[in-house]
Amino acid sequence: MMTATAASHRAPADDQQPAESLLEIRGLEKRFSLSGDFLEQLKFRRGRIVREQAHVHAINGVDLTVQRGEALCVVGESGCGKSTVARTVMGLLRPTAGEIHYDGERIDHLESRALLPWRKRMQMIFQNPYASLNPRMTIQQTLEEPIRLHNASWTPQQVRDKVAEVMTDVGIAPDWGSRYGHEFSGGQRQRIAIARALAVDPEFIVADEPISALDVSIQAQVLNLLMEAQQERNLTYLFITHDLAVVEHFGTRVAVMYLGRVCEVAPTATLFARPRHPYTQALMSAIPRLEDDRPQHLRLTGEVPTPVNLPSGCVFHGRCPAANERCRREVPRLIATDDGGQVACHGVEEGRLS
Amino acid sequence: MALLEVNNLDVRFALRQGDVRALRDVCFSLDRGERLGIVGESGAGKSVAAFSLLNLIARPGYIAGGSINFDGHELTSMSDRALRKIRGHRISMIFQDPMMTLNPVLTIGEQMIECLKAHRRISSREARAISLRKLEQVQIPSPDKRLDHYPHELSGGMRQRIIIAIALLLDPDIIIADEPTTALDVTIQAEIMALLLELCEKHNVALILITHDLGVVSQVTQRMLVMYAGRVIEQGPTREIINDPQPPYTQGLMNALPQMATPGSRLNQIRGSMPSLNKLPSGCAFHPRCDFATRPEGELRPACVDQVPQFVDSGNCQVACHMVAEMQQAERIPVEEKQ
Repeated sequence: MMTATAASHRAPADDQQPAESLLEIRGLEKRFSLSGDFLEQLKFRRGRIVREQAHVHAINGVDLTVQRGEALCVVGESGCGKSTVARTVMGLLRPTAGEIHYDGERIDHLESRALLPWRKRMQMIFQNPYASLNPRMTIQQTLEEPIRLHNASWTPQQVRDKVAEVMTDVGIAPDWGSRYGHEFSGGQRQRIAIARALAVDPEFIVADEPISALDVSIQAQVLNLLMEAQQERNLTYLFITHDLAVVEHFGTRVAVMYLGRVCEVAPTATLFARPRHPYTQALMSAIPRLEDDRPQHLRLTGEVPTPVNLPSGCVFHGRCPAANERCRREVPRLIATDDGGQVACHGVEEGRLS
Repeated sequence: MALLEVNNLDVRFALRQGDVRALRDVCFSLDRGERLGIVGESGAGKSVAAFSLLNLIARPGYIAGGSINFDGHELTSMSDRALRKIRGHRISMIFQDPMMTLNPVLTIGEQMIECLKAHRRISSREARAISLRKLEQVQIPSPDKRLDHYPHELSGGMRQRIIIAIALLLDPDIIIADEPTTALDVTIQAEIMALLLELCEKHNVALILITHDLGVVSQVTQRMLVMYAGRVIEQGPTREIINDPQPPYTQGLMNALPQMATPGSRLNQIRGSMPSLNKLPSGCAFHPRCDFATRPEGELRPACVDQVPQFVDSGNCQVACHMVAEMQQAERIPVEEKQ
């Protein structure tokens, strides 16, 4: 049953030689202007009119690969650029520099019409199910919309059958289709959002903090649903979260981001057994664990700097206990470690840190 | 006698459709210097419990019954004027969102001095000196400069430190912290929690910590309450509840955490969701989601459906659950027969 569904859900382009990696992000950069349009950028300084521009450097050179069938989790604190990566991959934002390749083809420069066939293969689930469902559409309408858009030739009956099928899959009774979003609880709404993503039989799902807005007992329900969908439909996930406990449970590999850069990528078990980057270590020590009687975190000095004026060298050097002159000067590159991961840290590279 | 004693607290919200009962029969006590955690999911009533302690429930909410005894004063019947002497002075509060708590048009210093002068007869110069000392205690770098800053000039973590400093300003007996770190990042959360814990211990301040994060509760508190649908369903020493939760709800909450499961395996979820307070199930409010309430044959246990469970002692904990009560009875009968 499982293999049969997996095969029938495959997108047409899969007939070709399947690439190892489904998604490749190369040298991705994204900055947002803070200075408004041209006239707003003009400032009067020391008797002269000058043009000033400030930018939020949300992503600064990210290289990531998502393998087919895996769940790559991107973790980091707010402002580290993880959601921007998700939105740029989906084509909701246009990168400032860098390339995004999906299944071997470059997609970041495509117009929205040209992107449409790819959109059918990749879908997104958003954080807040209270904001991501149109309050003026019934659940039936919400779920029919993407199916109609991507399968223009389907008859109304086929569309209705498909809606009933995905609703059953996510555990929402199909006869609730005539209700509106506000009639459902947060967990049910997130199920509906997942149903909408699954409705066009995608192979790749970008989930941006899909369970952060939910209560603990509901988080487990939604995580289980996402894992079931992955098994039954052979899905690949790019999963954005700040919750390391979820990552440990859900992720195949983990990418840790800090201030728009990837500081460590590793298979989940490896990362949790032996975090290499000082930031990863601090982040992991900060998770409150049930068995602790006192906070056990590594103390970092300072706070995350703003991405407007990025620190020179390693973006983490201001808070890093092991930072030296080279860290302040030179941007570290991702280097492969002996246990299958990659880490961007001068200390690890030089052997100063284990 | 305990510093704070809450008995049968009953809080209702008067709505057009009738009263919604947000809290029922809430009882707990807090000793001097003790740290108590209140845990529950959204809608469980934990924030209402905290707010009602200082009578901060806004209309249409009101305290319909019960007593709150703080150091010999009955807070429920106290006049607003008298209550203001306790609020912020002997019991202070830390709210979830640091940006909403600080006044955006006043500098940090003005807000701290205002608070001091409202409760003590001191000069501005003295008040400034006290404020400075408190900012040092919460480890704010260059505190003298920060006093003249506005809240928007500070990061979220800094703001929450300042709120802790303000909460400590008048050396209170109790700090009520309502999800103090939920709006913050994990590394900052860890710093703030450690700081709060350290300061409470150092100054022997009692802490009521409201959170949904069981990990934080286990790190910071000595005793905890678990709330569900407006009632306390379990209370006792934190370590005992975390290591051996008794009612199916607390067990379910704990088992649903990803850190309790083998990576990649299916999580133990609690089915259904928290009922809305105006449509509470009869008997034990958890029974529609509870595995124990359903007998193996599929029918529901009458006790769970009809009767509100009463507290029974179980070790050092009090538990309101028919299952725990029944299990205890089953154990007790053979013992009595022997005698």
